[in-house]
Amino acid sequence: MQRRRAQWLALALLAFGALLLMLGAAVGSTGLDSLRALRHDPVALQIVWDIRVPRTLGAWLAGALLGLAGAVAQGLFRNPLADPYLLGSASGASMGVAVALLLFGASPASTQWLVRLGLTGAAFLGAVLAVLLTLTLARGVQQTLRLLLAGVIVGVVLGAVKDLISIASVDIMQALTGFMLGSTGLVGWSACAVMAGLGALCLLLAWALAPVLDALALGEATARSLGLPLGTMRAALVAVLALATGAAVAQTGLIAFVGLAAPHLVRSIVKTTHARLIVLSALMGGLLLMAADLGARWLIAPQELPVGVLTAVLGGSYLLWLMHRRGATGGAL
Amino acid sequence: MKRWLILGLALLGALAAQATEVVDDRGVSVSLAQPPQRIVSLLPSLTESVCALGACARLVGVDRYSNWPASVRALPQAGGGIDPNVEAIVALRPDVVLLAGSSRGIDRLTALGLKVVVLEPKNHADVRRVLDKLGTLLGVPDALQVWRAIDASVAAAAQSLPAGVRRTRVYYEVNNGPYAAGASSFMGETLTRLGARNIVPAALGPFPKLNPEFVVRANPDLIMVSERSAQGLEQRPGWAGIRAVREGRVCRFSAEQSDVLVRPGPRMGEAAQLMAQCLRDKAVP
Repeated sequence: MQRRRAQWLALALLAFGALLLMLGAAVGSTGLDSLRALRHDPVALQIVWDIRVPRTLGAWLAGALLGLAGAVAQGLFRNPLADPYLLGSASGASMGVAVALLLFGASPASTQWLVRLGLTGAAFLGAVLAVLLTLTLARGVQQTLRLLLAGVIVGVVLGAVKDLISIASVDIMQALTGFMLGSTGLVGWSACAVMAGLGALCLLLAWALAPVLDALALGEATARSLGLPLGTMRAALVAVLALATGAAVAQTGLIAFVGLAAPHLVRSIVKTTHARLIVLSALMGGLLLMAADLGARWLIAPQELPVGVLTAVLGGSYLLWLMHRRGATGGAL
Repeated sequence: MKRWLILGLALLGALAAQATEVVDDRGVSVSLAQPPQRIVSLLPSLTESVCALGACARLVGVDRYSNWPASVRALPQAGGGIDPNVEAIVALRPDVVLLAGSSRGIDRLTALGLKVVVLEPKNHADVRRVLDKLGTLLGVPDALQVWRAIDASVAAAAQSLPAGVRRTRVYYEVNNGPYAAGASSFMGETLTRLGARNIVPAALGPFPKLNPEFVVRANPDLIMVSERSAQGLEQRPGWAGIRAVREGRVCRFSAEQSDVLVRPGPRMGEAAQLMAQCLRDKAVP
């Protein structure tokens, strides 16, 4: 019964996703004109094929990565408030960007190096290094609480370092704000390829490791008694979490709420195992961010809203409504 | 004689129409087959520079903060420097896109096959350099004429001031962080050329975040601040005792004047006149 329901949900999410993807090719600052002129105008073709389609697909992929990471994080920490940024990757990524902006133009050598790495590379590097730092501080993945605390500490400290850098050189503050707001407008085909590759890898790994999350849901002692190699599997799950979050954050900046909301939305529709929850959360996250990206382009066209603002407002209000409804009927979220 | 002149002019025209190549602030060499006829500028100071070089008509799009000269307000807006609207920029079919080094759009726009020139003026020498490079890029002869006009305007502003100004110690607040314009910022450089003394030494960097205590201790004779961040300046703890506040020597610049003052571009001469006006009106005689 639940299995059938999960399958239907997956189909519905995919169908909606395909619909929005098509819609995504039609919405933008130049409106439908670009679509009409597709045949005979190379610039219109470039706008639709090289800008709209990759950014729509990129929004779906980034959202899927965040949704997947959110489901993994909530399972791993057995905490419904866990989100993909929990292990410090968000602060790490913004610090990476801050350092890159600071070094940009500081000396010809560093500028050369940075032009090659790019802000995207710096953000990814920062996110991964932050998670590694968290793991070092927590001395491995054995204790969930220690890991959680170390993640919070790393997040706060790296955030403070980022603030310190932006105070030392005030002209990078605006650029940093742009990164923190998150945007899907700069995603191209190469970014899509990177996210798709990493996304497939993460999805496979998470699918394979999902049984450990089901076991963990019954409590750490029970999970251990089942004879699973808990330490290794946990470490692999943390790697999935870091990789998925790092890939999404590097390409689109800090997008709020998708990772937290997607698993909750799925759970509100269907109760299922972690393997299915992870896949469904990825599909749901992709759909959420794609819808938000469309809204960001369409609401004040020809101008654009930062998509992170929209996800926070949309995701937040829906979750609030869900909570309110559940509260009224006496259930927990 | 006349024939030679015509020949010379023709030669000059041919030169102007030739391929241009500039090395931008990233160190990347950008070459164009001919001077760009369709320009998108994503930095207000670059927009102003392009217009000052007489190429305003070649602008086809600007960022949402560019608002001078008035004609650019009618142009399509393509987002801001930090969040460029890629689709809108591509739709404008620009020959070249001008933007600052901190813009996130550089890689994406380059990947889409657009010519991107990164220029970031930060001080007087930069403004001269940027004008020179833009002149080369746009095929405008004698671009440095604009710089000489700025220079002359700053010099004239300095000369219009009485000798007493040299003793005036100025605090220029950029915003209520409080961030100050230090002696090494372009505003600080203008102040120095006007003969005023900046309470923030060059060693602190161009725009340092100050401890309010530092300002109280330095006890400036005159404060320059934008109207927007001047709210409650007198009520800050201990600030009522600062000489400038006590004697009402605070210049509040309107939003429009602030635009002139905070952009390192062709209106720096005008900015110097604004500061000189303030010094004339409010400085200790």
